[in-house]
Amino acid sequence: MSMFWTIWISVITLGTIVGSYLLLRWNLTNYTGHPEGESMGHEFDGIVEINNPLPRWWTILFYLTIVWSFFYLALYPGLGSFEGFLGWRSSNQDVRTLEESAQARIDAKEGEYLVQYDRELDFAAEKFDPIFEAYAKVPVEELVKNEEAVKVGQRLFLQNCSQCHGSDARGNQGFPNLTDNDWLYGGTGAKIKETLTNGRNAAMPAWIDAMGEQGIKETVAYVLSLSGREMAENHDTLAEAGKARFMVCAACHGMDGKGNQMLGAPNLTDNTWLYGGSERAITETLTYGRNGVMPSFKKTLGDNKIHVVATYVYSLSH
Amino acid sequence: MRNPHEIIEKNVGLLTVLILIAISFGALVQITPLMFQQQVMEPVKGLKPYTALQLEGRDIYIREGCVGCHSQMIRPFRAETERYGHYSVAGESVWEHPFLWGSKRTGPDLARVGGRYSDEWHRVHLINPRDVVPESNMPGFPWLAENTLTGEDTAKKMEVFQTLGVPYTAEDIAGAEAAVKGKTEMEALIAYLQSLGTYLK
Repeated sequence: MSMFWTIWISVITLGTIVGSYLLLRWNLTNYTGHPEGESMGHEFDGIVEINNPLPRWWTILFYLTIVWSFFYLALYPGLGSFEGFLGWRSSNQDVRTLEESAQARIDAKEGEYLVQYDRELDFAAEKFDPIFEAYAKVPVEELVKNEEAVKVGQRLFLQNCSQCHGSDARGNQGFPNLTDNDWLYGGTGAKIKETLTNGRNAAMPAWIDAMGEQGIKETVAYVLSLSGREMAENHDTLAEAGKARFMVCAACHGMDGKGNQMLGAPNLTDNTWLYGGSERAITETLTYGRNGVMPSFKKTLGDNKIHVVATYVYSLSH
Repeated sequence: MRNPHEIIEKNVGLLTVLILIAISFGALVQITPLMFQQQVMEPVKGLKPYTALQLEGRDIYIREGCVGCHSQMIRPFRAETERYGHYSVAGESVWEHPFLWGSKRTGPDLARVGGRYSDEWHRVHLINPRDVVPESNMPGFPWLAENTLTGEDTAKKMEVFQTLGVPYTAEDIAGAEAAVKGKTEMEALIAYLQSLGTYLK
């Protein structure tokens, strides 16, 4: 902050304090021309204004606030670029990248500043980091036996994941159920962590242009037959034609329709459906495509917390 | 000596002037210097102005009163940064006119909601929030998916922002209408939400 603004702020702030003091002094002198405790010389409906002085306890409090303000302005940053003798700050505000933010934190520590927010972080890190570090050393498949770790994972899940997967982790249409041990990208600890860390982008293309309405109808019939179901009418003929069309689907879903976890292509034979398994829902999926997105949580949670969330997710089906 | 209180009390014009002077000290100290500080004038590195579609989305955000329940201001408390990400910094808001920091959270803070959810989640959630979050008390906004934008005012809006210091190029403004025309309000709002808080890297 420039010298001009420092002077500007200091003069007005200190001037206001001094002004308040003078105003108080002035109010304490009897300039009304009426003796203390007697009428001010006007009356309405039997109500008389008496010339009473300000209550003593109140004036003393007022003086104390004035004294207090000087201590406050000496200790805390209040007068322009003067930082106060405590070196206190709420946070490092003047940053333009995350890197600068991290650097400001280091600089503040070296300069022995008292940054409230950084202190909060340090306090929490001291308390919680050893716990998460200990968890991180145990593989997910083992850590799942640690009840406490699973509980910690559940808290993190509720805060970060429940908005899509539901607070019971049973998912929703378009958002996978995590409790059924049916995995799009794999259900090992490592795979779950990979999903959480990097996110996933599913890409089921729209087939309406390539297949046409009749083609989609035939393919839907065949897909239904994979999980042992039938179209409302004319099933056999349609499914027969659909089988040939399934060749293009097989590229991702496999010849047997059992899916491919490398690509996140779901198993079509198990009657578990992310977007609904009715004739209508499958028709919609084939017609318009689906593009499920799992966001990356690397930045939000960091590796150690991802490990614990993965443990909770793993625990749901094991 | 005449009672000076009496002069002020019986002269409303003078009273008004003196009150204005008295309350202006706070503003002179707290607001005026800030308007000239580098900290609030220099954008964060890599900050981009809203695209035409995001800008329209922002107007829908304002129209639907989202700011009444959602703040866009992460305070520097661990309890907030654990949930929302790095606290908001001044450089992120330099091109906001007006800023939408809000002051009330019935719903969560949205300052860094960009990239947090998929577009599809936002679509489902805006039509009926309870479809994805059964505990939610947010109202649904199904009409957003039906209303389409014409884009006829978009270029004008960008020109106004340009006069306020937002670095839109002539190219941005020329292409604004085409970028917005025919898109639904839903698409615009989601584009806006997905951009929030993504520039502090």
